Amino acid sequence: MAAEREPPPLGDGKPTDFEELEDGEDLFTSTVSTLESSPSSPDPASFLGEDISTNSNGPKPAEVVLDDDREDLFAEATEEVSLDSPEREPILSSEPSPAVTPVTPTTLIAPRIESKSMSAPVIFDRSRDEIEEEANGDVFDIEIGVSDPEKVGDGMNAYMAYRVTTKTSLSMFSKSEFSVKRRFSDFLGLHSKLASKYLHVGYIVPPAPEKSIVGMTKVKVGKEDSSSTEFVEKRRAALERYLQRTVKHPTLLQDPDLRQFLESSELPRAVNTQALSGAGILRMVNKAADAVNKMTIKMNESDAWFEEKQQQFENLDQQLRKLHASVEALVCHRKELSANTAAFAKSAAMLGNSEDHTALSRALSQLAEVEEKIDQLHQEQAFADFYMFSELLSDYIRLIAAVKGVFDHRVKCWQKWEDAQITLLKKRETEAKMMVANKPDKIQQAKNEIREEIEEWEAKVQQGERDFEQISKTIRKEVGRFEKERVKDFKTVIIKYLESLVQTQQQLIKYWEAFLPEAKAIA
Amino acid sequence: VRACAGSRLGAAMMEGLDDGPDFLSEEDRGLKAINVDLQSDAALQVDISDALSERDKVKFTVHTKSSLPNFKQNEFSVVRQHEEFIWLHDSFIENEDYAGYIIPPAPPRPDFDASREKLQKLGEGEGSMTKEEFTKMKQELEAEYLAIFKKTVAMHEVFLCRVAAHPILRKDLNFHVFLEYNQDLSVRGKNKKEKLEDFFKNMVKSADGVIVSGVKDVDDFFEHERTFLLEYHNRVKDASAKSDRMTRSHKSAADDYNRIGSSLYALGTQDSTDICKFFLKVSELFDKTRKIEARVSADEDLKLSDLLKYYLRESQAAKDLLYRRSRSLVDYENANKALDKARAKNKDVLQAETSQQLCCQKFEKISESAKQELIDFKTRRVAAFRKNLVELAELELKHAKGNLQLLQNCLAVLNGDT
Repeated sequence: MAAEREPPPLGDGKPTDFEELEDGEDLFTSTVSTLESSPSSPDPASFLGEDISTNSNGPKPAEVVLDDDREDLFAEATEEVSLDSPEREPILSSEPSPAVTPVTPTTLIAPRIESKSMSAPVIFDRSRDEIEEEANGDVFDIEIGVSDPEKVGDGMNAYMAYRVTTKTSLSMFSKSEFSVKRRFSDFLGLHSKLASKYLHVGYIVPPAPEKSIVGMTKVKVGKEDSSSTEFVEKRRAALERYLQRTVKHPTLLQDPDLRQFLESSELPRAVNTQALSGAGILRMVNKAADAVNKMTIKMNESDAWFEEKQQQFENLDQQLRKLHASVEALVCHRKELSANTAAFAKSAAMLGNSEDHTALSRALSQLAEVEEKIDQLHQEQAFADFYMFSELLSDYIRLIAAVKGVFDHRVKCWQKWEDAQITLLKKRETEAKMMVANKPDKIQQAKNEIREEIEEWEAKVQQGERDFEQISKTIRKEVGRFEKERVKDFKTVIIKYLESLVQTQQQLIKYWEAFLPEAKAIA
Repeated sequence: VRACAGSRLGAAMMEGLDDGPDFLSEEDRGLKAINVDLQSDAALQVDISDALSERDKVKFTVHTKSSLPNFKQNEFSVVRQHEEFIWLHDSFIENEDYAGYIIPPAPPRPDFDASREKLQKLGEGEGSMTKEEFTKMKQELEAEYLAIFKKTVAMHEVFLCRVAAHPILRKDLNFHVFLEYNQDLSVRGKNKKEKLEDFFKNMVKSADGVIVSGVKDVDDFFEHERTFLLEYHNRVKDASAKSDRMTRSHKSAADDYNRIGSSLYALGTQDSTDICKFFLKVSELFDKTRKIEARVSADEDLKLSDLLKYYLRESQAAKDLLYRRSRSLVDYENANKALDKARAKNKDVLQAETSQQLCCQKFEKISESAKQELIDFKTRRVAAFRKNLVELAELELKHAKGNLQLLQNCLAVLNGDT
């Protein structure tokens, strides 16, 4: 089982992990949310701070190094030409006959998993029922599906393309049903854009799924074993949940970038996600600066609500992590149980074969069959354990990190305001001093200058105050919305999960009821 | 018709049980069902009425009810330890007269090490978890300890019952001493030298066994039995091991439910939104369903793993019987050859004749009883498997239905609330 890892705090970079990567790859496909995002709430989508490409003389920040999405690295290698080139081959639309022949067809996914991808679409069924008045008076009706992962290309340049289908009755979209093909880096790009626009003003932007270098490499290399199919399915489900959460946000739904992502058949390559670009380097520098700042900012919190909320989220974070660890253990043990049950089934069959009492021999074979079926059950249950329960928790752990980030932005906003006030004060003092001093000839010009500056800074102070109030207001609203969503989300998913447990028990009853007469028939 | 009366364990052991009487009686039926065919009669009834677990030994109270004249009283009890059971078992093995019987396998040594270690670790880690978690885990581990304890009691009891039910072995003098002599038997455990001797004996025996088993048997019945037992024994061994692993995984998963329940509880008590009630209800569900899952695992352990383990030991005992018979056959054939030689040389003929006759008698005696023993073994085995498999299926059904009920009730409440 792939673990959803929380990005480690800054400074824990593990440089050695990536030594083996080849030259010429652009590894800096960063999904860092924004220039100003606070480092204490790292963007859950991996942020690469490691310079591995030997060509580059980029800075080596001691930043987090997470699993990379190798698909992007190598795809970009072919375009190494210029990091500034914004365009690349347009992503293929979902036209009937795609020009790209999938190297491995969609049967890449084992049928069983296909039929069991109950997680994502089911979770957000309720989006149909929701009525969100805010947007533009429309009934909030939009449903997103991510499906049909298709391997495009070969070898290390390969990547997975996913079909993103939108069904909606909202008027802002030109059609009521449409689909496009997107790759993972497109999702990251979308998130990056949204984050850079909305995070620093207090909106909780849902984080994109994490990158994973190991998982993608296996897929690229063409390893069609169950672990790579699992990986692709996990990612597909995660992407779907990510989009569903994003469109549920009334403000984000209005965003043109989001619409473009959902609608347009051709999507400009996400350039700003490449950290080696100017924007990227700036991001890194700012993150480092933010880290230092966070440690030194001491805000005079006038509003107890914020302090309380922060504490609550801190607690919630801890509890969720603990629960998540337990659920991950459950998934692991359930898989173990499944494997052991299968082994036992085989062994029981063998025992039945060597048993020379006919009726007992038959009963043992039946037992073996029952255990085999039960093994299947365990596997399916483990699937549900993971996709419903475990993934819900890890999604929320990352969401809470985004929430914390938003709180940190407010603090920075406050600091800006505070700094402006301090500067204004200084300027006023300077002016006052000038008034007192007696140097008539130079003074008028200087006085004018300082007057201008003072006006400038007065405006800044006002702006700062407005910004601070705005972000505080937005956060309050956002947190309210987030909490409501959280409650609904958890209730819905957990109930679905319990229903999966119910199913398992019902099946068990069926199997054992069938076996009982067989056992009794031993004479 | 049961060979042994109900095993009434001391009151002290009933504490800490999750559910009441059910648990105990199921276990009872479990192990004793392994020998469901044993004829009982008022003549001799043996059971273990009590047991006490001390630091590193277990003291079993062996209780006998008998109308036989050999005993001074009709009902009496003595206290025995594991080593004394082993002594009794070994005395059977070493007795030439019993060569033709399947000697009931010795009970395994009581092993609480793993459980004790866990309890100790828990004690050490007490500071790092909440009081509630600690209590939960402590209860869990104590239940585990209790389960192991009950199992070892049952296994020692089964051994005695098998002996008591066997028409010949029940008359054994050592057995009577074991049952009646109310002082310590002073059968010290084997010292190093003796253990080494045993080791060599076993090696010789298995080497010999290979040689001896090469001798093809004229008798179809025994030939068939030999092939059958060899394969069966190996497969039972494999099945027993796999069943063990399966049961343990099941238990691990159940333990996870425990932790999940605790975490949900913590979430429920700390959350600021109206989801608290929800979490608390689900937490409760996990706690309850965990108990059922733990029970499933325990029952699988009893009905399946223990059954297989027992027949692993019994099939080994049956194999040993076959070995002894083959051995005696080889001896008989050698005695024949010796007799021929003696007659040819006309020297020590009488000696050779007596020797040959003895071997012949021994072989025929063993063959005759062995045949019956093996037939009985099969009957016992089939009956035991039947009983246990039926009970396994019934218990699985019971638990699954219980679980289902639990889940559906909980869902009804949750759906009603939201």
